[in-house]
Amino acid sequence: MAATLKTCVFTVVKNTTAQQGISKFINYLTANAPSRLLHQDQTHQQASIAEPISRPSGRHMVTLVPGDGVGPEIMAGVQEVFKAAGVPVDFEEKFISEISPNTSSTLMDVVESFKRNKVGLKGIITTPTFFKGGVLQTLNMRIRRELDLFANVVWVKSLPGFTTRHNNLDFVIIREQTEGEYSALEHESIPGVVESLKIVTRKNSMRIAKFAFDYAMRHSRKKVTAVHKANIMKLGDGLFLQCCSDISKLYPKIEFETMIIDNCCMQLVSNPYQFDVMVMPNLYGNIVDNLAAGLVGGAGVVPGESYSSNVAVFEQGARHAFAEAVGKNIANPTATLLASCNMLNHIHLEYHSKLIQDAVLKVIKSGKVCTQDMGGYSSTSDFIHAVVNSLP
Amino acid sequence: MAAKALFRSVGIPISTFHLNLSVPVKSNLGLVSQSLAVCNHTNGRRKYSSKRLVTMIPGDGIGPEISVSVKQIFSAAGVPIEWEDVDVTPVKGPDGKFRLPPKIFESMNKTKVGLKGPLATPIGKGHQSLNLALRKAFTLFANVRPCKSIEGFETPYKNVDIVTIRENTEGEYSGIEHVIVEGVVQSIKLITETASRRVAEYAFKYARENKRSTVTAVHKANIMRMSDGLFLKCCREVAAKNKDIKFTEMYLDTVCLNLVQDPLSFDVLVMPNLYGDILSDLCAGLIGGLGVTPSGNIGEEGAIFESVHGTAPDIAGKNKANPTALLLSSVMMLRYMDLPTYADRIEKACFDVIKEGKHLTGDLKGKATCTEFTEEICLKVSSS
Repeated sequence: MAATLKTCVFTVVKNTTAQQGISKFINYLTANAPSRLLHQDQTHQQASIAEPISRPSGRHMVTLVPGDGVGPEIMAGVQEVFKAAGVPVDFEEKFISEISPNTSSTLMDVVESFKRNKVGLKGIITTPTFFKGGVLQTLNMRIRRELDLFANVVWVKSLPGFTTRHNNLDFVIIREQTEGEYSALEHESIPGVVESLKIVTRKNSMRIAKFAFDYAMRHSRKKVTAVHKANIMKLGDGLFLQCCSDISKLYPKIEFETMIIDNCCMQLVSNPYQFDVMVMPNLYGNIVDNLAAGLVGGAGVVPGESYSSNVAVFEQGARHAFAEAVGKNIANPTATLLASCNMLNHIHLEYHSKLIQDAVLKVIKSGKVCTQDMGGYSSTSDFIHAVVNSLP
Repeated sequence: MAAKALFRSVGIPISTFHLNLSVPVKSNLGLVSQSLAVCNHTNGRRKYSSKRLVTMIPGDGIGPEISVSVKQIFSAAGVPIEWEDVDVTPVKGPDGKFRLPPKIFESMNKTKVGLKGPLATPIGKGHQSLNLALRKAFTLFANVRPCKSIEGFETPYKNVDIVTIRENTEGEYSGIEHVIVEGVVQSIKLITETASRRVAEYAFKYARENKRSTVTAVHKANIMRMSDGLFLKCCREVAAKNKDIKFTEMYLDTVCLNLVQDPLSFDVLVMPNLYGDILSDLCAGLIGGLGVTPSGNIGEEGAIFESVHGTAPDIAGKNKANPTALLLSSVMMLRYMDLPTYADRIEKACFDVIKEGKHLTGDLKGKATCTEFTEEICLKVSSS
């Protein structure tokens, strides 16, 4: 009862401010229309988004997996920002962890929640390095396998105001993430000799290649680069490359090129501007995601997303739990905040997405509130507060 | 006969030579050449009593030009080395297949040390890759690439000084692959305890000899728990025996992330084959590409040092090539052969010329020819 009352009051308050907001917004639009539109074109390639006149009555349920390391702290920050921005999203929180199994939900529980909500925000689940025998698959692999999250997308984009060695970068990395080196098929033939199998299938290679070209079409990209090591793994990576090249023939407007993974890494550090959309098998994706995240400022600032045919999971682009920072209030929440904006876009809450994204970008651009990884001394909560204060 | 001739040419009477040796001289050329390098230990330093023979594989494209300039610089520095040039153009064997000429194996058996220029690998011609053949013949188990920023050649990354040591015989490059059913391929990554321990031991040995402080094992044992787990286990065991060198371990993705953000935090990296392939090129990218990165393949039986850049057919024969990579590889070779004073002199001369920036080749944004660049280094070396 109390809860309902609270929501009602909240909605009423929000509505009055919203009305003021609309009139303000119209004034603003007439005064600054060209520049605002230009800005939006650059950032989001969307038409200008007005606050919805009629609010959607329903609220969205989203699965939240806080993850290990600094995940819970950052997720708390994200929830704070969502609350301040009045985002009509409710979280179904599921804690799952491989390093603290006693407090963890079961895998099926989490998978079922993702399947029901179809959208999720996920922290990073740490995989222990030690292996005592038993199941070789890590929890991350099992979640991806169960949900069939076959495509991981990381949009690497320099943040205005945060200067790194390479600026104005803008490219997309698409990674196959259900097979390849992450097959978890390993055995010790005789003591001291271990075989690990890398599996490449035509079905999955075709699927990711098609996804990459579709993504390129949808986002008006010009070029797709397939990254491989087919000179050494002639059959495995050869099959992947063949699939990419077959699919490329269906998209004559998009340029297709191939690059060997070692050369690709060298090019990324010397001339990253040549890339547009990149598509690659699992392990190379892991390498390139992290390398590229490093180019624009580290794991703390790059969002990522994983897709299956009906579930979308939003998380950091470079997956690091940052366990050494737990409880220190120093982690950078930017990546997760931007990922949550992408999530809001995905469930068609463009207005709220833009609200939060603009606030985050404004805080970064002003350069006053920077966490340690950005060369500042601000804490996670300082950053969250700055974002909340920058909300219109 | 050949052995006798060799002895005469270096002016050692055969009789005294016999006395120096505990093993009798066999007609095996390999043994003789090693005994040529007999040294006397004075003040704890080895001094070679004669010139040593080194196999030179000039390679294709710009290879001949840059190997000539290395030879020039070596003679200007008075390095006690004689070169044996070997051509590696594949020859047709009795079974109709193209193979490497046997001369390269004979020469390498004799000298145990080689310097190799870039080779064009004809794709789909069906003959053995030279690298693979040599790697197998001499068990070249470790690929070493020191990547050090070159003053005067600006990149976005300053003061990089990283050495990558890559296991070179197994891992993802085992070459074992098969199609299970149509559309499903299985590639096998092979990790053995023997090879992992061997490369880990070499990494610590290298770190100690080159006065490095830290060895970092790069792995993905969170994903490939058994195979990379075994590699990591071997590294840990070897580290426990080498307490004087600091040991850390790191995930491959973390290394990639940190390398581009803070390359100064890394020292010596040791890793399995594929990761080594990727990271060594990545590190080369940090300092300006393969044109300035040396490389060495270390084996149980011998070692081959090489420039890993391409053959650059577009500028071949135009006197535009940059010999730096091959020259720095030859510097690594001199250190391996325990001739550090020559190595230091040549390295310093090369770096000085690049730093001055007056005689740079086209790839370093200069206008000098390969000859001018070489002559400038010769001048510096002979005056040092």
